[in-house]
Amino acid sequence: MGTVLCESCGKPLQQDEGETAFPDMRYDGVSRRSQTYSRTLVDKVWNFFSSVRNAVIMIIIVLIASAVGTVFPQEQYIPTLDPPEIYYEKAHGTLGKIYYQLGFHNLYTSWWYITLLLMIGISLVICSLDRVVPLYRALKKLPVKRHPSFLKGQQVYTQFEIDETEKERTLEQLEKGLKQKRYRVVREGNALVAEKGRFSRWGPYVNHIGLILVIIGVLMRLLPGFYLNDFVWVREGETKQVPGTPYYVKNVEFIEEYYEEEDLPEGVEVEGRVVKNYQTDAILYEQRVSDIPGAPPELVEVHRDQIRVNHPLKYKDLLLYQAERRINQLSALNLELIDNRTGESIGAFKLDLYNPPADIQLTDEITIQILEYYQDFEWTEDNQPRTKSPEPNNPAFVVSVISPQTPEGERSWIFLGSTLGSPDREPFFSYRFNKPDIVDSTGLMVRKEKSLPFIYFGSGVVMVGLIMGFYWQHRRIWIDLNHGPLQLAAHTNKNWYGLKREILQILKKMEIDVTIDQLSKGGKSK
Amino acid sequence: MIQLSSNLLLIAFILYMFGSIAFVISVTGRRWRNRAPEDHARRWGWIGFYLTLAGFFSQLGFIILRWMVSGHSPTSNMFEFMAFLGFTIILAFIVLYLIYRIPALGMFAVPVGMIMIAYASVFPKEIMPLIPALQSYWLYIHVTTAALGEGIFAIGFAAGLMYLIRTVDQTEQSSITWWKRKTTWLEFSISVVLMLVGFILMTTLFSTAGYEVTYQIPNEDGNVREMTYHLPSIAGPHNGQQMEVAFGPLFEAPEWMNGRKLNTMLWSILSGIVLYWLIRLLIRKRLSAAMKPWLNDLDPDVIDEISYRSIAIGFPIFTLGALIFAMIWAAEAWGRFWGWDPKEVWALITWLFYSAYLHLRLSRGWHGSKSAWMAVLGFVFVLFTLVFVNLVIAGLHSYAGV
Ligand code: HEM
Repeated sequence: MGTVLCESCGKPLQQDEGETAFPDMRYDGVSRRSQTYSRTLVDKVWNFFSSVRNAVIMIIIVLIASAVGTVFPQEQYIPTLDPPEIYYEKAHGTLGKIYYQLGFHNLYTSWWYITLLLMIGISLVICSLDRVVPLYRALKKLPVKRHPSFLKGQQVYTQFEIDETEKERTLEQLEKGLKQKRYRVVREGNALVAEKGRFSRWGPYVNHIGLILVIIGVLMRLLPGFYLNDFVWVREGETKQVPGTPYYVKNVEFIEEYYEEEDLPEGVEVEGRVVKNYQTDAILYEQRVSDIPGAPPELVEVHRDQIRVNHPLKYKDLLLYQAERRINQLSALNLELIDNRTGESIGAFKLDLYNPPADIQLTDEITIQILEYYQDFEWTEDNQPRTKSPEPNNPAFVVSVISPQTPEGERSWIFLGSTLGSPDREPFFSYRFNKPDIVDSTGLMVRKEKSLPFIYFGSGVVMVGLIMGFYWQHRRIWIDLNHGPLQLAAHTNKNWYGLKREILQILKKMEIDVTIDQLSKGGKSK
Repeated sequence: MIQLSSNLLLIAFILYMFGSIAFVISVTGRRWRNRAPEDHARRWGWIGFYLTLAGFFSQLGFIILRWMVSGHSPTSNMFEFMAFLGFTIILAFIVLYLIYRIPALGMFAVPVGMIMIAYASVFPKEIMPLIPALQSYWLYIHVTTAALGEGIFAIGFAAGLMYLIRTVDQTEQSSITWWKRKTTWLEFSISVVLMLVGFILMTTLFSTAGYEVTYQIPNEDGNVREMTYHLPSIAGPHNGQQMEVAFGPLFEAPEWMNGRKLNTMLWSILSGIVLYWLIRLLIRKRLSAAMKPWLNDLDPDVIDEISYRSIAIGFPIFTLGALIFAMIWAAEAWGRFWGWDPKEVWALITWLFYSAYLHLRLSRGWHGSKSAWMAVLGFVFVLFTLVFVNLVIAGLHSYAGV
């Protein structure tokens, strides 16, 4: 059951001789498991997944679904700050609402989409297994003598009379011509078979193995430790832990450069300012346990790099990408303390917003105490001060000046650009704001993608398979003088034109004139 | 230098045009000359080929000069990319012509390349310095390889179309419902090409005339945004206030759509339809029926094979360029090798479609007409990815454009 061509002579098994329609040549008629068994559940599942028809249907479903997923932005690409349940309806009306309700806003991570991809993967494995054995069996042996109906059934077929005395010489010439074209020739009496490019038949299988490797690589990211996706903001001068790793990164300097006139080639003009470079000069430290017992862990410098867009920092598995920036962020307030009686400045001091000082010894006699610090100040409903967030977006300090006149301290609030003293009495001191310190922050994307080499390797295998399968072809030519006239038949898996031209060239050298149309007169098999 | 390089592109375009004309003479002239038709076809075929080849070198000069001037590969905006796609189409044609030597192929393939170049010229041609996200040699490698794959697919498309024109039965019964007739779909495919042509004509026409209409669009936060149309407005922007007295708008775009892009789409569709009917009324038959006699001498099996070969040659290159190199670049630039950005998804869709084509052909015996339809549709996917996704869906990859 299932085998349609006699495995040794190639005669169609369920066919009358002389019929021109010819069965499938792809595995030279060797039967496959899926064509042989179909009783148990396992057989049925196997047959489902080994069917190219079903595979194509799955591919088309994925294709259509993927297209639908691009109609509106996916959740991660929503351009506004609205939450998805609001965004889709607001921006895209009823259609958007339906889109959201059907889950298309997260299509590519939905269970059914991933299931489909996995089913294609399973199908890849099973269909390859189903065919690789018959293909191997079909390719392993290359019988020379074939049944005349096999020859006649080939898509490339011709025959012409050869004088009895010329037979031997013709065969020798043909053999020579074929060998010149790099065919492997086997001769048996008055027949010969020539073959080349057999390895290209393995192309699809190599390609499918590559695809399976890529799929495995993608699945590997689900394993703990294989994949990390995080983000860290680092101010200039700051050293911060890289989340999820034992590393620390220092932002030495953040640079933002624009194209200048002289950077541009002659005749090239830009409208407005065009960014040329975003760059973080970074030092990477690793936290190591100190040699001295009991001492705190120390940071050891392990790597330095300039992180630019398209040029991430790479250290072992760790990748840091230049992703965002915050320019000119407030980092310290610069103030002067003014003596209200003289109106003169007593001294300048700095309130660092990230490391607020505890006490500032301004002169021998005067100390400024920092009593409270709210990074992101606001009043609660019952009028208590508090901070909304740990980011210094709206800093507020409570300070107290200890001086000979105010041994108990004179308290006041310091906000951005304004102060608020005690209402009870005329203050001894006031404050003058100077230009604050500003700093740039860099936003670094933190990634680990351990399966990436694996995925690249899989892609490489895919490419090898594709090139094998598409840029070479498996060609076979049979020549038989046993049945009267010389019969020439040929088969290839693709590029029939190339095969015919090759045959014509060989025949032309022997001064046998055959046109390409004459070669095409064989039966039309696939 | 910049001027010189633009001139080279123009020269290339003109040479392609003459090349196409020579191919037309080669194919259609064999009957009206009393010379041996075979000789005539061969001679004019080679003339067409060498003209195209000269155009190819001229365009190569354009690319090299522009690269030298700008310091980066000329594939960094819509103008450069589409012109480059035209270039790869011609390259693919040259290779396939050398294999199959069929002048009729030039008659279809070279104009497809020309349309891409003409389409490119609609976009701003200034050389722009590269923003940081585009400063990567992976970008050059990815874009050029992908474009090469797509250029080869374009030959698959041209040959597929030829196959259909050659084989679709023009005497189909008019009793068949119109949408079941193959001729309808063939005419539709041809008019899609004409829509591109119409779009090019319209934009060139109105931009030469300096046509401009400005809209003011109030934002939610009370600010006013301006939008300038370069084509008369059929569809205005949502809530837009026209600032000059001018034609339209006939209606407003929905809120989530960019009014100008919608308007541009409408113009290309309408002008394509008008162009189609104009030609059709002039020649008084279906366009495919008019072209069919040119192809009658061709063996459909050979055209079928050319179409398939192009796709077979293009598929590995497209895989490498549009998926693998794209993955590597995305990993370098964004820290993820795949992000389901619309452009990435559409590259995947195109790839899946061609892989379906290959499987159907190899394992299900979809030869001839079925496979020709798929070859045509496949390139529609390619164009959709390049044109529509770039201009309308716009994600990370979108080049600045019309
Ligand atoms: C997206 C995933 C897939 C891709 C990109 C792919 C790619 C390919 C390519 C390029 C070929 C060679 C075609 C040719 O030579 O014309 C091929 C052949 C083939 N593919 Fe796939 N394939 C995929 C999935 C599948 C699946 C799921 C099946 C399972 C049924 C399958 C079954 C086959 C078979 C049976 C062949 C013919 C092998 C032979 O010539 O012996 N493919 N595939």
